[in-house]
Amino acid sequence: MSWLTEFPAMDPDTLRELKKAIDSGFLQFSRTYGDAIEYAFEPVKFLLIHSERLLIETPWPIIVLAIAAIAWLASRSVKIVAGAVITLLLIGYFDMWEDTMKTVSMTFVCTLLSIVVGIPIGVAMSRSNRLQSLVTPILDVMQTMPSFVYLIPVVMLLGIGKVPGLLAVVIYAIPPIIRLTNLGIRLVDKDLLEAADAFGSSKWQKLRDVQMPLALPTIMAGINQTIMMALAMVVIASMIGVQGLGQQVLKSISNQYFTLGVFNGLAIVGIAIIFDRISQAYGRRMQKYQEAVHGL
Amino acid sequence: MASDVAIEVKNLYKIFGPNPQRGYERVRNGLDKEALLAESAHILGLNDVSLTIERGEIFVVMGLSGSGKSTLIRHFNRLIEPTAGSIIVDGVDVLALSYEDLQTLRRKKMSMVFQRFALLPHRTILRNVSYGLEIQGVATDERERRAAEWIEAVGLTGYENHYPAQLSGGMQQRVGLARALCTDPEILLMDEAFSALDPLIRSQMQDQLIELQARLKKTIVFITHDLDEALRLGDHIAILKDGVISQIGTPAEILLEPADAYVRAFVKDVNRARALTVETVMRPPELRLTDEDLEAALTEMKRTGATRGFLVDKQGYRGIVTRDAVDKAISKTPHPAISAIAEEGPSAPVGATIADALPGTLESDHPLAIVDKDGTLVGVVNRDRLGEILAPPDHEDESRTEPSRAAA
Repeated sequence: MSWLTEFPAMDPDTLRELKKAIDSGFLQFSRTYGDAIEYAFEPVKFLLIHSERLLIETPWPIIVLAIAAIAWLASRSVKIVAGAVITLLLIGYFDMWEDTMKTVSMTFVCTLLSIVVGIPIGVAMSRSNRLQSLVTPILDVMQTMPSFVYLIPVVMLLGIGKVPGLLAVVIYAIPPIIRLTNLGIRLVDKDLLEAADAFGSSKWQKLRDVQMPLALPTIMAGINQTIMMALAMVVIASMIGVQGLGQQVLKSISNQYFTLGVFNGLAIVGIAIIFDRISQAYGRRMQKYQEAVHGL
Repeated sequence: MASDVAIEVKNLYKIFGPNPQRGYERVRNGLDKEALLAESAHILGLNDVSLTIERGEIFVVMGLSGSGKSTLIRHFNRLIEPTAGSIIVDGVDVLALSYEDLQTLRRKKMSMVFQRFALLPHRTILRNVSYGLEIQGVATDERERRAAEWIEAVGLTGYENHYPAQLSGGMQQRVGLARALCTDPEILLMDEAFSALDPLIRSQMQDQLIELQARLKKTIVFITHDLDEALRLGDHIAILKDGVISQIGTPAEILLEPADAYVRAFVKDVNRARALTVETVMRPPELRLTDEDLEAALTEMKRTGATRGFLVDKQGYRGIVTRDAVDKAISKTPHPAISAIAEEGPSAPVGATIADALPGTLESDHPLAIVDKDGTLVGVVNRDRLGEILAPPDHEDESRTEPSRAAA
């Protein structure tokens, strides 16, 4: 009756052998292909290094002005611009400027990569139900797997540093942009697609003139979520050597520096709010055409 | 291009469902829409539809929702593939076209106006109207110039940079119309184009369409569920029920000779006096008198037994000469000229509705004379005929309405 009181688990030796086999197999894989994969990520690394250098080496007033300008162009709201400038000045005043710039740079590159990879996947998914049913469970795994877990294979493959960090962040942050691109395109009014067909649109013209522009507000919501998730993961990725605010948080956990942790945490909150407000305001502005203004 | 036929459809079938071919076999063996649905969950969209649409006419397909009319119109540009049958547009078999050729057909030859407008909400009116040309790859300057012309033609100048949501329904559909016309297609497919508009605006849009059509002479296939609209716009009307054509004919034929009980029920409530024009119900005059002398007129009247004659001369229709007047005049010496005894009777121009001509006709004892724009007498409508036309058709009436075929 022992199988009732204790779950009939796999024999410990076999289990150990299994885990060992998978581990050594993956190790073998990373030894063989690690260099090649690292080489493949060379352009991304280049982008990472240069965007970070640009943000750090540019005098801070120019950065503040540039972010204010972006906020204004995207939102046309004095409130959002003022909020962004004050937050940045406070961050600088509490001596977290350089770490913040590193985090912003990392988030920026990760978001960019997520968009570049995610939107085409989302478009492809929207065109094929089979692909959708294939990709959706993968996205589910990517989003629910504890984020620490995929730090492990990434580190085994690429070691510690910016590039493995970026890979971990992108894996974590890419699902919303894929999902919402797919959803946005699928939600486009069938009547409009029929009209596009009736006027003889090619598939590409239909995508360019009708589907993408009308899905854009939904896609923007996806980008907004991707930015937020990238920011969250950039902090966790500090565990594998990603520099920035996250590293300070990590340091304050291991040394029980309460104030250091809170300051850096608040800086992360600050830039998260800036990113969120700017991207949301931009998304809203893109839908302005829907406002009915009769009798103009 | 020499042919006068724009679209010819032969034995078109459309069956929706997982296995249309099997459903097709069953329908060929005589199953109707309901029986097919009950038997195999296939929906019969179109059942053996054949029709010919002439170049330059407005051909109306009328039916209630679910009758298959929107399905039918989408076959002309192959937005829907038929299960069986043939569709010839301008002598070209549409079903044999490659994807590229079909695209060309949709870009250049046919365009479509939709019930719910289907304007691109993120584009301005100008960019909506020029959309078809943009698809064709026409340069920006050229397409905006042409779009501006059509925006003017539908009376929306000044709204070029507005977005569709800023316009009322009627204005939006005028944008839809301008967009369809902007590619200068030969054939315009209008799918319940005015159905979503309120009645007053709808009537204005109908006027505008009639006015544009007088100038453009496009072939227009117009779908509607509204019989009044069909009668007003259509040169020919096809009535569709459960995917089957009940009747195809001119508005007058539909009204005066409904082919079956379904059509009869449809036309029952139509205000015929408004829907019919005088020339559709007129008959040849019983006696036509030229500018002759009285004896000759009297002889003619005696020979034909007519109690009145219609006097016409080189200037056209002059009036009615009754037997009594001839008898009276012939006893005088010298005989007055025949034109002197002609009485003025009611008359109406070609194109007038019966409602227009009715008041004058009721005041007079004489039949209504129909004259064309040169003043020539083309036909008459007597009072009995008027009564017969204005009475709603019943089953018993069928024999009575029959003779109108001879007149037409």
